[in-house]
Amino acid sequence: MGLLDVIDLTVEFPTRRGTLRALDAISFEIAPGEILGVVGESGAGKSLTGAAIIGLLEPPGRVAAGQILFDGKRIDRLSSEQMRPLRGRHIGAIFQDPLTTLNPLISVGRQLTETMQAHLKLSDRDARTRAVKWLEDVGIPAASERVDAYPHEFSGGMRQRVVIALALCAEPRLVIADEPTTALDVSIQAQIIALIRNLTQSHGTSVMLVTHDMGVIAETADRVAVMYAGRIAEIGPVRDVVLSPGHPYTQGLMGSIPALDVRVDRLRQIDGSMPRLGSIPRGCAFNPRCVKAVALCRQERPDLMPAGATLAACFVAADLAATGRV
Amino acid sequence: MRSVLEAIEVSRHFDVSRPVLQRMMSGEGRRTLRAVDRVSFDIPAGTTLSLVGESGCGKSTVARLAVGLYTPTEGEIRFEGHPLSSARAQPALRRKMNMIFQDPYASLNPRWRVRDIVAEPIRAFKILAGKADIADRVTQLLTQVGLSGADGEKFPHEFSGGQRQRISIARALSSEPEFLVCDEPTSALDVSVQAQILNLMRDLQQNLGLTYLFISHNLSVVRHMSDRLGVMYLGRIVEQGPGEDIFRTPRHPYTRLLLDAIPDVSMVGRSRMPVSGEVPSPISPPPGCTFHPRCPLANARCRVEKPEPTRVGGVLVVCHAVEEGRG
Repeated sequence: MGLLDVIDLTVEFPTRRGTLRALDAISFEIAPGEILGVVGESGAGKSLTGAAIIGLLEPPGRVAAGQILFDGKRIDRLSSEQMRPLRGRHIGAIFQDPLTTLNPLISVGRQLTETMQAHLKLSDRDARTRAVKWLEDVGIPAASERVDAYPHEFSGGMRQRVVIALALCAEPRLVIADEPTTALDVSIQAQIIALIRNLTQSHGTSVMLVTHDMGVIAETADRVAVMYAGRIAEIGPVRDVVLSPGHPYTQGLMGSIPALDVRVDRLRQIDGSMPRLGSIPRGCAFNPRCVKAVALCRQERPDLMPAGATLAACFVAADLAATGRV
Repeated sequence: MRSVLEAIEVSRHFDVSRPVLQRMMSGEGRRTLRAVDRVSFDIPAGTTLSLVGESGCGKSTVARLAVGLYTPTEGEIRFEGHPLSSARAQPALRRKMNMIFQDPYASLNPRWRVRDIVAEPIRAFKILAGKADIADRVTQLLTQVGLSGADGEKFPHEFSGGQRQRISIARALSSEPEFLVCDEPTSALDVSVQAQILNLMRDLQQNLGLTYLFISHNLSVVRHMSDRLGVMYLGRIVEQGPGEDIFRTPRHPYTRLLLDAIPDVSMVGRSRMPVSGEVPSPISPPPGCTFHPRCPLANARCRVEKPEPTRVGGVLVVCHAVEEGRG
């Protein structure tokens, strides 16, 4: 059993034209100290998974079926009052845009001490000392002077560092990081990724890293889940998913990223685009775009099955693995 | 080879002073932002020049200068041998340049049908007159970018991001341009869709002999697209040359930093040295070489003296260290 167990999680949005199933029976676990990367294109449901775990689904979205277990206890049925002491204290969150995450009217030091004092028993002085320590840990120069500065006085990269300090300051055991580097420039991106990895490693924190950037995942995560149309298409150790993916969607995704070290004439492309929630095709959701689809793919929906070193929701990949013709 | 667009020592400054009364009260002077600082390049017909850099480096300002949306503060831009301002004044030349924007959600009029969006340049430049001729041409353009003629009846909201970007490309092609400025055309798209658009743009270039000025922050996309490459930092092109040369042996310390910093799938399981520092404010750039606070090779000269371009093989590098052979 992991620190976080997600079992058959289904999230639905009731609309006037019927119920949309945004997440369809997804299951995965995160072990203590592990970094699980979640990738997929926009609309695949990766951010929604994170929101469901921290109990921040926007109404009318709701968990329709399945369970979320944190440290063995169910958290998907908790009321918002019951969830609040858990959120921040045991499960931290880092969001994409550092400007909207921070309160512009409160100094960063105050935001840190407030968070720590809400969750940990700390005197004012201890909280302040720790706030400075956290700002130093996330690499803000002259932390003791800048602790009283306001968010607008920091640059984008520095703000994201403050957000990371905020997410980690109550020493949570799990951090949900939703596109933490997407709003940043490449040279800053690498710094922030290294920071998240080093800090969570030294505190033994588990991380669910949601991003659309395969490069970020490749360098940070231990395991990867690839999402497509509200389902997990493939999950496995990062090396295997990146270098020898089993699912045709993952293969296409990896092939469509322009490489830095070699130049090709044409990128491999997956024709078409991901289906909208209201019109997910029968069988495997990927079958209309899939070059390997067989008749079975159009009738039955595949579950995750062993495909080499990974688990893939694909009949063809599973068949190849089972018959040893990989 | 014939050059389509040529920029000679082009600068663009913006006045970012506070209002005059506030300036008098606090006794401070005018402040100018040097968004683009003495940039020179030329783009031979049928090739792609890419400009790459982080936000605030001036690459989008160059894109706007190149199509005449901004006028240069200093220097000159020539389009097909004519000064840009006079080229813009002649419809026959003006229609030969067009632009593809970053955000396909903001660059298409939501109240117009796709056929009208695509036909607008045809009507504006009076390329075709008859209704039937225009309709035929629109169908042809939509097919060319991988949509169907029937899509012309729809509105932009009925399309996904990638399809919208195809509509933008069809619109850009409708004036039969030779030169397209593409400002981050794929950064709002998912990777699998990005691959479709990049393949489409390369196909169109080959079939129609288009010339591209391609602006992006994504080095791997740039590598895929460009013949020549310019790396921008705080308004200057710090390294410029054939793309393959620069990717094989990056010389400027900033280019090396950028190439080292990109998260890449080939780096799976390996860790790297994180680079430090951030881009300084372009309003008050550091003296000397603007990169010196982040540069591992900086010495006393770099802190006071602005470097000028030096030629190393086929590449122009703006760096004292490279010039002195310290790189």
